[in-house]
Amino acid sequence: MWRDALLVAEKDLRIELRSRVALWQVLPFAVLVLVLFGFALGPGPTTLRAAAPGLYWLAVLFSTVLATQRSTAIESGEGTRDGLRLSGIDPAGVFLGKAAAVAIQLVAVQLLLGAGIVVLFDVHLETWWLALVASALATVGLSAAGVLYGALSAGLRVRETLLPLLVLPIMAPVLIAGSRAWSAAVTGAVASGASWLKILGPFAAVYLAVGVALYGPLQETA
Amino acid sequence: MNAPARSLSRWVGAAALATTALTVWLGLWVTPPAKVQGTLVRLLYLHPPIAWVALYCAFGVAALSSVLYLWRRTRSRFWDRLGASAVEVGVVFTALTLVTGSLWGRPTWGVWWTWTARLTSTALLLVLFLGYLALRRVPADPDVRARRCAVAALVAVVDVPIVSFSVDWWQTLHQRGTVLNPGLTLKVHGSMAWTMGLGFLAMTLVFVWMVLVRYRIEALSDRLGDDELEISLSERWAEGAMGTAVEPTATVEPAAVEPVAVEPAVVVEPAGGRP
Repeated sequence: MWRDALLVAEKDLRIELRSRVALWQVLPFAVLVLVLFGFALGPGPTTLRAAAPGLYWLAVLFSTVLATQRSTAIESGEGTRDGLRLSGIDPAGVFLGKAAAVAIQLVAVQLLLGAGIVVLFDVHLETWWLALVASALATVGLSAAGVLYGALSAGLRVRETLLPLLVLPIMAPVLIAGSRAWSAAVTGAVASGASWLKILGPFAAVYLAVGVALYGPLQETA
Repeated sequence: MNAPARSLSRWVGAAALATTALTVWLGLWVTPPAKVQGTLVRLLYLHPPIAWVALYCAFGVAALSSVLYLWRRTRSRFWDRLGASAVEVGVVFTALTLVTGSLWGRPTWGVWWTWTARLTSTALLLVLFLGYLALRRVPADPDVRARRCAVAALVAVVDVPIVSFSVDWWQTLHQRGTVLNPGLTLKVHGSMAWTMGLGFLAMTLVFVWMVLVRYRIEALSDRLGDDELEISLSERWAEGAMGTAVEPTATVEPAAVEPVAVEPAVVVEPAGGRP
């Protein structure tokens, strides 16, 4: 399973490296979201600084939707899914591999967004390790949930409109816990911030487990 | 749909109507106004029962039937239809929960909406299951659609505890459970308790009746999808037979309601799903 996951992740990332969709579309989109939020809230530095963690996580969520849509689109080419099934690769491995590829892209998005809120919104992280752990856990959870829902809406003509409706409410706990944890990281309130990791951790674990269990049945004929 | 099921749904419907009418009568005319809440308390004969149906009955049934559909040994279209019916009724009840709660909240708290744990997670639940219904409306092969919907329902149900935990940490205005509080001591008294209990029974019966009816519609529309193809095919053949002047009596009656056994085994899955 793990070897299969590695193979699939490598394949997805290689396709990404050659097509550069994430680089030229997802990353600029994330920055654009931050700038637009700045316009919406006005140039007052205190407002922006207070809102920054929430805006950061909203931008991450939107980028996740884009990244998973791209990840699903890779498999929707003529006969691609059949090829993947015929290759004898464990469906759980496919799931983990695709999730890993999305996670790596999300890390890139978050690095850029982190730099973005520091530069644009003048945010200073007091306890950076807390923000880092929260981001790591959230990335795992978001990519697992995203890939699972991508498979759910794969092959549907209305995928582009359906996927955000399905996946954004599911990701609401990550938005809540992530932005609370980052707010705590900004103010340095470690104890209250760390308690939010108790939501991000189980979210990641639950969606990894559900994905490993249900990705197979989804692929049977879909 | 066979006769016993139809008469069951009729009986359940009658019982639901009777208990609901009784609840309305008791709630509006017989029970006294409460000490603190005054006449507003009457909304509470309906709001908790509706929430109970939405959050536990409907989505419990949906989760259970999704698991049973996904498990190969119990896989059958029955579970798919039951799950879909339960979710659809559940969405209606969830929306009603929010509306009745909001109506109660405005005079009690002074606001239509507060960002408390229960309100927020109920609203999120509504959106989650609206997504399920959206997914279900997308035309697809029935088996594929059933599998997708079962997974979507399961994933949504799994999300519910996480959502409620994450929003629970803001807990501010909303009351703790009154009936199902730890220790299970009933804090409602006398005729009010009876009325509320009756409300629970009435809403559960309404739920069961609606699911029965919804299930029947789903089953009938599936059958329509299958039969329509066969009927049109047989009509087409009848035309062809007329054209070549081969004895027209040999072909199948076009208006036959009974699904006719058509000669070349027509096992074409209706690719577009339901009309």
